[in-house]
Amino acid sequence: MHKRLTLSAVLLSAWLLPVGAAVAEEGEDYLHAGTDITNTESLQRGARNFMNYCSGCHSLKYLRYNRMAEDLKIPAAELADLMLTSVKPFDDINSAMPADSEKWFGKRPPDLSLTARAKGVDYIYSFLKGFYLDKSAPWGVNNMVLPNASMPFVLQSQQGLQKPVFKNETVDGEAKVVLTGVEPLLSGTLKPEEYDQFVRDTANFLDYAGEPIKAKRQSLGIYVLVFLSVFFVFAYLLKKEYWKDVH
Amino acid sequence: MAVIPEETGSGDSGGLLGWIDARFPLSKLWREQVSEYYAPKNFNFWYYFGVLSLVVLVNQLVTGIFLAMSYKPSAAEAFASVEYIMRDVDWGWLIRYMHSTGASAFFIVVYLHMFRALLYGSARKPRELLWIFGCFIFVLLMAEAFMGYVLPWGNMSFWGAQVIVSLFGSLPVIGGALVEWIRGDYVIADATLNRFFALHVAALPVALIFLAIAHLMALHEVGSLNPDGIEIKEHKGADGHPLDGIPFHPYYTVKDLVGIVVFLMLFCGVIFYAPTFGGMFLEAPNFEPANLLQTPPHISPVWYFTPYYAMLRAVPSFAGTQVWGVLVLGSAVAVLFFLPWLDRSPVKSIRYRGPIYKIALAIFSVAFVILGLCGMKPPSGIYPLLAKICTTLYFAFFLLMPWYTRIDSVKPVPQRVT
Repeated sequence: MHKRLTLSAVLLSAWLLPVGAAVAEEGEDYLHAGTDITNTESLQRGARNFMNYCSGCHSLKYLRYNRMAEDLKIPAAELADLMLTSVKPFDDINSAMPADSEKWFGKRPPDLSLTARAKGVDYIYSFLKGFYLDKSAPWGVNNMVLPNASMPFVLQSQQGLQKPVFKNETVDGEAKVVLTGVEPLLSGTLKPEEYDQFVRDTANFLDYAGEPIKAKRQSLGIYVLVFLSVFFVFAYLLKKEYWKDVH
Repeated sequence: MAVIPEETGSGDSGGLLGWIDARFPLSKLWREQVSEYYAPKNFNFWYYFGVLSLVVLVNQLVTGIFLAMSYKPSAAEAFASVEYIMRDVDWGWLIRYMHSTGASAFFIVVYLHMFRALLYGSARKPRELLWIFGCFIFVLLMAEAFMGYVLPWGNMSFWGAQVIVSLFGSLPVIGGALVEWIRGDYVIADATLNRFFALHVAALPVALIFLAIAHLMALHEVGSLNPDGIEIKEHKGADGHPLDGIPFHPYYTVKDLVGIVVFLMLFCGVIFYAPTFGGMFLEAPNFEPANLLQTPPHISPVWYFTPYYAMLRAVPSFAGTQVWGVLVLGSAVAVLFFLPWLDRSPVKSIRYRGPIYKIALAIFSVAFVILGLCGMKPPSGIYPLLAKICTTLYFAFFLLMPWYTRIDSVKPVPQRVT
């Protein structure tokens, strides 16, 4: 019996090992955002950041103002502050961008409802920290994680400006100039760690916007698993009782 | 005075049940299929996956009905309606995650259920039809999962459908027309989504339910095999029941309940803590709406199709056509149907087989998992070569089976279950 159990375990792990390896291999080189979906204060700050700096161009069309206020415990008076004029609390969070904004940027500013789900919070965090001086680009800036991004750097007064660091490298016998990172050029109104927190809060809020139920889902899961564990004990004892007479 | 003979067998209880039994074999069915269906007493871990498939099937049917109440099968509205379910419908997120996680869970339990058959010879005479019904369920399940994956109308739904449907285009002569007929348009479009919805919620589930019933009827006709691969019906007691058998109810109903609870703990763990399962159950590009102008960086099907997808890609095109890969893909599934006749070993269970089968099955299992891995990765580096080797091993396992199972040594098989 023992030998058979071992055999089963070995067979099962033979199935699971490569799958685990495949999952572990995924993931690109983004900075670690370190967001926390249960941190309501961070989410509130992120919501404010989004409304002040992003919502002029970017919508959150799958999120309603009142849902956000309820989930993030934003009082009604403050919510009114965050809302664009002429919208109702039950409206979706839409931007003020006109339909022909494509002409302004070459691309319509995308809706950000699901960006955290499609690209991850680390991507958003890295993107907002990745702008650097590039005089050849239309807005004078380029981005580390999204080369040739068509977005102007709206947080420049907060972060300041970064300059790129290049390195000469030989790839397949060919000399190339490779972008390896960025370093500060001009400082902004926020200290570096304050800016990191600013961006972290914003990424955290977009994580919330991507799946408003996320924090509740995780807290609810505990109760489900505890219930199933208790159920398991009774189911197991019931089975043992019935199987007493099977030899 | 005429004496009306009392009916025996059915209708022996009064009341409502007696009334029903006189008109419908309710008690008879219960006895034959459940309370007096004698199953071997030595089922092990691997025998949970049959009942778990049933649990997942019911989960998919029930959650699917509720999803269909709020989902809009049109290219313009599908994506937004899924987000509506996730955000505005009460408990919609839970129903949607149960359904999306259920799809992956279905393949996990079905793959393990099929693997059980390879371990203990469950497909062998007289269970050939039972196995064949199962193979049909597997094929329909793949179609069902593929069409269901298109419905959220994310970018991976769209491009995955584009790739898979265009496979039919490689068939000679009829290919082009066939693809157009499937899509109902020149690209994957609203018409495609609409018909996939019809097939996903009506045609295929009905066929799956009928096949599942046929699968169970065939099982209960011949009786369950067991880890020793011997027939318990050959040794019956004085009461006419197998000596090594125990009634399915209550013994296996209570035992399966334990297995179901353990399964639900894992299942709920995924639903509540990792519903995308690191991008394997719900892929990240599918959180962007379908976009004809923007191909995802790397198109790959969901994990459960990747072994077969890797086989498709492993075959090079020659004579100016790629149809060979499609034929290999089809054969890889078709060869499963012949398993009962490919295996020529005098014993059924792996417990009494020699080393050759054990090694062959181990190589096959590892090859299958590596194929799954290759199918997830872009076809570069070592992966194309690995996929070619493992495709060969996959087919070798089946096609060489008549020879290696015959020359393999066997151990003596016990008369009674151990």
